[in-house]
Amino acid sequence: MTPYRSQAPAGRDGFAQLLHAEWTKLRTVRGWMIGTALAALLIAGLGTLTASGSYSSCMKGSAEVPCPAPVLGPGGEAVRDRFYFVHQPLNGDGTITVRVSSMTGQIRKPDVTPGVRNVVSGVVPWAKAGVMIKKSTRQGDPYAAVMVTGSHGTRMQHNFTEDVAGRPGGVSPQSPRWLRLTRLGDTITGSESPDGRQWIEVGTARLDGLPAQVRIGLFAASPGDVTVSSNTLGGTTSASRFTEATAVMDQVSVRGAGTGGTWKIDDIGVTTGLDGVTPHHPGRLARSGDTFTVTGVGDIAPVTEEGGIERTLTGAMVALIAVIVVAVLFVTAEYRRQLIRTTLLAAPRRGRVLAAKAVVIGAVTFVAALAAAAVTLPVARRIYQGNGIYFLPVGTLTELRVIVGVAAVLAVSAVLALALGVLFRRSAMAVIAAIVAVLVPYVLATASLLPESVSDWLLRITPAAGFAIQQSVTEYPQVISHYAPVAGYYPLPPWAGFAVLCGYAALALALAARRLRRSDV
Amino acid sequence: MKRELHAEWTKLRTMPGPGWLLAGVIVLTVALSAVAATVVTCGSPGCGQDSTRIGLMGVQLGQAMVALLAVLTICGEYSTGLIRTSLTAMPRRTTLLAAKAGVLTGLTLAAGTAAVLGSVVAGRLLLPASGFTPAHGYAPLSLADGPTLRAAIGSVLYLGLIALFSAGIAVAVRDSAAATGIVLGLLYLFPLVIRMFGDEDTQRFLWSLSPANAGLMIQATTDAAVLPLTPWAGLGVLAAWTAAALLLGGLLLRRRDA
Repeated sequence: MTPYRSQAPAGRDGFAQLLHAEWTKLRTVRGWMIGTALAALLIAGLGTLTASGSYSSCMKGSAEVPCPAPVLGPGGEAVRDRFYFVHQPLNGDGTITVRVSSMTGQIRKPDVTPGVRNVVSGVVPWAKAGVMIKKSTRQGDPYAAVMVTGSHGTRMQHNFTEDVAGRPGGVSPQSPRWLRLTRLGDTITGSESPDGRQWIEVGTARLDGLPAQVRIGLFAASPGDVTVSSNTLGGTTSASRFTEATAVMDQVSVRGAGTGGTWKIDDIGVTTGLDGVTPHHPGRLARSGDTFTVTGVGDIAPVTEEGGIERTLTGAMVALIAVIVVAVLFVTAEYRRQLIRTTLLAAPRRGRVLAAKAVVIGAVTFVAALAAAAVTLPVARRIYQGNGIYFLPVGTLTELRVIVGVAAVLAVSAVLALALGVLFRRSAMAVIAAIVAVLVPYVLATASLLPESVSDWLLRITPAAGFAIQQSVTEYPQVISHYAPVAGYYPLPPWAGFAVLCGYAALALALAARRLRRSDV
Repeated sequence: MKRELHAEWTKLRTMPGPGWLLAGVIVLTVALSAVAATVVTCGSPGCGQDSTRIGLMGVQLGQAMVALLAVLTICGEYSTGLIRTSLTAMPRRTTLLAAKAGVLTGLTLAAGTAAVLGSVVAGRLLLPASGFTPAHGYAPLSLADGPTLRAAIGSVLYLGLIALFSAGIAVAVRDSAAATGIVLGLLYLFPLVIRMFGDEDTQRFLWSLSPANAGLMIQATTDAAVLPLTPWAGLGVLAAWTAAALLLGGLLLRRRDA
């Protein structure tokens, strides 16, 4: 007697069927769909809400005016372009040579007696003075310069972001330093010499599309003194105080067509004080014969403080909680209702069930978060700009990385939470474990009394390192700033931080697969 | 009420979870306090740090365990269906909720006292090595000092209020994952949302609304002048959140089928 065999064709049980089954489960529980939609709404809602609730205005004289848009450098980045410039026109090729024999300055320190300016003499590390070739005297125009600095030796810098080190050491009347800048077409070469005879090349810069007539001359600048203090509301605040640098330069020689006339002076980028007329912290030139004593305030460098576009997406942190809850419930609900037995009966290869669940929850979270982030970022940025708040501009690729990165962090966190759900089988435990792993380190690192070295470590070794992928601002070694998590600077590069989060998710998935295979349900 | 209390105490006593969680409250609180007392340093006189807040920082992590304990106590009954038996045996729902809250608060206060005392001892031993010395203007942490005593007692009360707050939310939401998410979101995410606003007045206003930030002002001993609220007013904000959560939970418990 042959046993009975069903005539119906055998159903296929490939991975596609599993994905379809898991998607159907996720889709048909109303609470989970609401949770996912809530996550997207939180990103969009908080982004636009906080944008409309934030205002900034600037003082012009005694009147309140909208803040001007930031000055942009040749590469499109926001730059600070403020210095004292003593210059001549130069047509075509030419060269300038100068001897720098001293650099001194003043620094305003935090007030000891409230209301009394506490100014000491000294030079900040990146105070700079030397010779420069600049397209024009307009802020943000291309330039190349070779300079002596407060404590970083000779440097050749161009177009705000580029910096090449020359010989170390400062200058004094006993050991002066000669600086030379030579233009040949679009190429500008910077050299230095200890005695004016033996020259060492520091670096070259190509300034594309430089017009025939440029400005050539001496300059001085001194960036603000940055101090960081702890904030009573948690975290830290940084302040930048007035400094100025004075350089004594002599044996000036300029060669080239158009040079040799009178020197013009410009205090590039100077702002006016309360009355709207008097310059605020002006630079100056004192000239006696061939000796130029140039005093400058400000900096020629990329801006590092204003914050990046990722600030519009902070709502993702709140959305993360909804994402974690849905991802955990996606598996623990099966345990509670014992649906897991049916699931594993229908698809006995348990590792594949887990993989299908991870793919479905990851993909759904990614799509929802991506849609929300892609809409929120441009909209919120526009609202912020309308309210006078500008973020540091970034390239299209970086902007895409921020949007996709935020969605990816949420998706990978969802997978991590799902794995924790399989490991613990209890919703509350898994939710708490996921939040303590991903969110609490970030909160402790950015809004607590912990010192910044500890914050940095928290954001290196915990899953919260993944948030680094949303950093759009760049850290420049030649600019002193408050590079801390609270200011949007992560200790790991974007993709490395994201890899740490992915590593944790992979580890949790492996443990979950082991638990699912080994133990009864 | 006595019978209800006894019933709830028996339920909690005979589950393995709560014992571990209460131990977790103590261990995590003391551990984070000890870490904070080791890593936060004071290099010079007037370094602006509040040594009491550093010594009691572990409460920020211990509160997660307290919330978990409260949520599991309440939602565990809903997920197993025991709540129907409980309500059949004790039909006066408000009394049942009060009994649950009472047992929960009692246990939390006991664990919280141990955790805070442990943190104070850890701070007293570890803070001087981090530069919080009399030479820098810091006396050793001591409960004989008025503000420190207030901060310590307040931290214990804070944990008790967190337990009640979480219980209220849990009764209202009933699902343990959602309740945990909401409670932890309210406790931990306020600082991030506050930072999204650029305006300082808005920031201070939201700060004094936030349950965790306002509540933990009870630990402040040196910055009283610059904080948006006085310590007890800060704890009062958390008490208001707790009252609102319990009221909501109680009303829903009375109105809804279990």
